[in-house]
Amino acid sequence: MKIRVLAFARLRELLDGPDRILELAEGERVRDAWEALVRTQPALEEERASTRVARNGALVAFDVSLADGDELALLPPVGGG
Amino acid sequence: MFRIVAEPIVPADLERVVRAGDGGVVTFLGIVRGRAHDGAAVRSLWYEAYEAMALAEFERIEAEARERFGDVRLAIVHRVGEVAVGEISVAVLAAAAHRAEAFLACRYAIDELKLRAAIWKQERYAAGGAAWSETHG
Repeated sequence: MKIRVLAFARLRELLDGPDRILELAEGERVRDAWEALVRTQPALEEERASTRVARNGALVAFDVSLADGDELALLPPVGGG
Repeated sequence: MFRIVAEPIVPADLERVVRAGDGGVVTFLGIVRGRAHDGAAVRSLWYEAYEAMALAEFERIEAEARERFGDVRLAIVHRVGEVAVGEISVAVLAAAAHRAEAFLACRYAIDELKLRAAIWKQERYAAGGAAWSETHG
């Protein structure tokens, strides 16, 4: 299955681009997507404690299953205004 | 009226949420300062948003403001992209029958927005370099 990964602010810079498509096996979870991204960018692992993840616009835990076509967003600590 | 915009914010646009019977309207404008907290000269701020989540958060904040303060209406417009010193980065308008509720709702909305909305800010310094900043309390 394919999911689209969005990253913002310093995570976008770290992943070197606004979005990317990840190829995952059926039944894989948010955690698996994260680990696949860490394999391409090891420095991402240091950001895990401060990163929240949204699946299709709703915050989810790392053990949530993904489905084909999902949009996974990596959100560093916010600070608008 | 909830928007994420790339163009300069026109505060008067937010007044469209005001209805007959609203006797108090409070507007907060966030303006880009020329100094960072540590005193460094700032050239501009760069904002980016996850628009769908940010707008959904604005709607939740309005619903919460109504639970807390009664019949209030909010308008929130946040800028994205590069915003120069002196320009408006965010505008919040609260309208209610009386000023007390309008002040409270406006304060609540800007405070919660800064803590919760999926919006990020980078300070770009006059001397070169840049740093992402996050809200603290």
